[in-house]
Amino acid sequence: MTPFLQQLVLGLLLGGLYGLAAAGLSLVFGVLKVLNVAHGQLIMLGGYGAFWLFALRGLDPFASLAVVIPAALVAGVILYWALFGWVVRAPEETRVKNSLLVGFGLALALEAAAVRLFTADERSITTGYAGAVLSVGGLAVPVVRLASLALALLLIGGLHLALARWRWGRAIRATAEDWEAALLTGIDVRRAYLLAFALGTALAGAAGTLVSVGYSISPSIGLEWTLKALVVVVLAGLGSMLGTFVGGLVLGLAEAVSAAAFGGPYREVVGLVVFFVVLVARPRGLFVR
Amino acid sequence: MSGRRSRAVGLAAAIALAAVPLVVRRDDVLNFLFLVLLSVTLAESWNIVAGYAGQVNLGHAAFFGLGALTTRALWVAGAPVLAAMVAGAAVAVVFALLVGAAAFRLRGAYFAIGTLALGEILRITVGNVRAEISTLPAATIAGYRLAHRYYLALALAAVSVVVVAALGGSRLGLGMRAIREDEEAAEASGVGALRLKLLALSLSTALAGLAGGLFAYYHISYYPAHPFSPTWTFDSLLITFIGGVGTVHGPLLGAVFYVFLKEFLAIRWVDFHLLIFGALFVAIVLLLPGGLVEAAARLRALTRRPGQAC
Repeated sequence: MTPFLQQLVLGLLLGGLYGLAAAGLSLVFGVLKVLNVAHGQLIMLGGYGAFWLFALRGLDPFASLAVVIPAALVAGVILYWALFGWVVRAPEETRVKNSLLVGFGLALALEAAAVRLFTADERSITTGYAGAVLSVGGLAVPVVRLASLALALLLIGGLHLALARWRWGRAIRATAEDWEAALLTGIDVRRAYLLAFALGTALAGAAGTLVSVGYSISPSIGLEWTLKALVVVVLAGLGSMLGTFVGGLVLGLAEAVSAAAFGGPYREVVGLVVFFVVLVARPRGLFVR
Repeated sequence: MSGRRSRAVGLAAAIALAAVPLVVRRDDVLNFLFLVLLSVTLAESWNIVAGYAGQVNLGHAAFFGLGALTTRALWVAGAPVLAAMVAGAAVAVVFALLVGAAAFRLRGAYFAIGTLALGEILRITVGNVRAEISTLPAATIAGYRLAHRYYLALALAAVSVVVVAALGGSRLGLGMRAIREDEEAAEASGVGALRLKLLALSLSTALAGLAGGLFAYYHISYYPAHPFSPTWTFDSLLITFIGGVGTVHGPLLGAVFYVFLKEFLAIRWVDFHLLIFGALFVAIVLLLPGGLVEAAARLRALTRRPGQAC
């Protein structure tokens, strides 16, 4: 029984990162109606940011969040100006399709650039406390991953509060509900779009940082993380950041259970099968409230 | 594009390509042209569903992979290669019809990510079940003739182009394009959208399955999961969009351009081509949705204008 429980604990810890990864994608998709399939590549780049800050400057990965998140915000603004700001001008139906294509091209370019700049090697940040383990009732809880889960929850909670209380947060939510009505009430919809996109990119940067500490990164992890985030978004639906976080935990647990039932190599498959079935069973329902 | 002229040019190109192995004795040239022809087949087949019926299928590699898997197994077991390829195409089509009925409940981007998930499911599963590399028996390697593969690739590429061209002018093709423009309106004017989309997917996956069979016939050794890799889908998508989505000669131009530039860049920088193609692709989606075909048409219009003024 203990090995199974151990798997569940590790699945839950990983699930927190799935939730964080999905939160950025969900925010961008919900507000801009733009599906950025390069989200996983943004996570990958965030991870490299933290990795190089650690390798070259000796900056602690958790402290490097203070650098990576603002840098990712700026990158998000640039990406919006250069690419996605053009996509949102199209009517909603072509918008999703065009964003998919633009995101796809961006994903290819970012991945190729990462291979050029950082080589295809797998990297991971090994701090002095990387091996620390908390022992709870016979179960081993890696401290770094536990801290990552806590940070993910903190970030998502903060975002939830910002969207609920902050003036621009409410503008973002209004834009997500109905951008035309938001425009009529005097909300600067374009700015809400820009803010939501930059926040989404910042979340990707934060997720990447946490991935590079507890797990590992390489230029090719982008597609996998995009798929994880998409699965969570489909499971959790749009509109609630806390719901997305819970969706991430559910996926982490489901993967752990399926790995125990079918063997490790199939953990990805089960998540994707669930994803496809849910998507087909509720073709619009889970995305559109 | 005037129909008769492009038909004549196409025929001339096919004859010229058929003469290449008789004139050129260099394997690298044939291998390169093989790659172009395989890319033409994959891109044209992808173009049927994406360009005509308007459904971005990101699981195309799954059908290519199924064709390769089936063909390789039957061929190595002793079946004639053409029969094995047809069986591979049949498996791809059966799978397409099975999942298509479900996947076509999804619209637009949801169809795209749903099919992407399907492709990944197959890739990971095949990688788990058939993890060891597949290598041809020594006797088969001894009798390997590159020219056979080349002619098969040429024939398959020609068939794909003819199928897409025939589709373009037919009632079925018109119905597909009506779905692409507005599915509800097409349904309202009597187009059976699901039936036509399934037909488009069947045609597309049959060609992709045959292309997979060709891949299995061509390569001496490869990992069985390799033809399932999403890069095959991405290549088809890039080629089609760069050339001109929804046209007959777009994927042709795109394949020549793509493979040439890819090989040229790969000589100096491995994988660098994806950076350039990624950026080029984004630029095309945003600025030139018609791809190279549209660029050529605009260029022609520009050069013709002064002549007309006189």
